Amino acid sequence: MRIGVVTFPGSLDDRDAARAVRIAGGTAVPLWHGDEDLGGVDAVVLPGGFSYGDYLRCGAIARFAPVMREIVRLAGPADGAGGLPVLGICNGFQVLCESHLLPGALVRNDHRHFVCRDQRLRIERADTVWTRQYAAGEEVVIPIKNQEGGFVADERTLDALEGEGRVVARYLEVNPNGSYRDIAGISNAAGTVVGLMPHPEHAVDAGFGPTTDGLRFFFSALEGVLAA
Amino acid sequence: MGRVVIDVMPKPEILDPQGKAVAGALARLGFAEFGGARQGKRFELEVEGDVTDDVLERAREAAATLLSNPVIEDVVAVRAAS
Repeated sequence: MRIGVVTFPGSLDDRDAARAVRIAGGTAVPLWHGDEDLGGVDAVVLPGGFSYGDYLRCGAIARFAPVMREIVRLAGPADGAGGLPVLGICNGFQVLCESHLLPGALVRNDHRHFVCRDQRLRIERADTVWTRQYAAGEEVVIPIKNQEGGFVADERTLDALEGEGRVVARYLEVNPNGSYRDIAGISNAAGTVVGLMPHPEHAVDAGFGPTTDGLRFFFSALEGVLAA
Repeated sequence: MGRVVIDVMPKPEILDPQGKAVAGALARLGFAEFGGARQGKRFELEVEGDVTDDVLERAREAAATLLSNPVIEDVVAVRAAS
C-alpha cells in the first residue's frame, strides 16, 4: 500500500500529507516533480502549497512537470473508467483542474482575503476511492486555508457535476471563498480522482487541528487499494 | 528580433476580484468616471527574425495550451508587436 506524495518547487503540505498516509497505515513514497516514473505507487496525493510560486495561474506550470505527465497518463481521462487514484488537496486540486483531470477552475477568493479556518463540510459522495470510509451526508470539520479557492465552472458543467453525483464535498454554514454552489470538492466520473480545497491531512492527529475527521480520506484510499 | 504580444482576459461571466479591487481603488482616488475595471494579462514572446503567420499560429497554440485557461479566460489578441 504505497501512496506517492509529489513535491513540486513551492509545495508546502507534502510532509503533512506523507504523515497522514503513514498514520493511516500506508507507506508514503516521496515523488519529485522531475520524476518521469512513479515507482509503481498504488495512488498519488498532490499536496497543498504554492507550486512554482503560483506563477501564471495556480497549478498551471506544475501541470507540465514530468511527474504530472505520467500521473495524467495513468489517471485519465476525466470521463474514462478510472485508473490511478489521485487526491489533489488545495494546490493539488488546482493542478488537477489545470491538467483537465477534473473540470472547472479555482480562482481568487471572492472576498479577496486569504482564508484560514476550521470548516464544516458535508461529504456528499461516499463512494469515491477517497471517501468510501464516510457516510453520504456525513458532516465533518477540516481546516481550510487558501487565497485562490473559489471553484468556478460554467452552468452546464456544474449541472453535469451535480447530476452525475460528482460533488464530493460541500461547504456548510459559511462559503469561505465564493465557490459556486458551495462546492468544496469534486471527482472524476469514476470516483478515482478527487480534488478537495480543504486540508484533510491537517486533521489526522488528536490535539493537532480541530478533529481527526480528515484521516478517513487516507483510510479510504488504502481500503480502495486493497480492494483493487 | 520579433515580438508577439498576447492579451488574456478573465471571461466576462467569471468573477474578477482583482478587477473589483482596482475599481474600488479608482473610486477612492476620485476617478469616479470609471465605474468598473477588469484585470487581464499581457505576454510578450520573443522570436528570432520576423513574426510570420507561422509564428503567430504557434503563438496562438502556446496561448491556448499554457498562457490561458479556457475555463476562466479568453485569449483576446495575438499580434505582432509594432
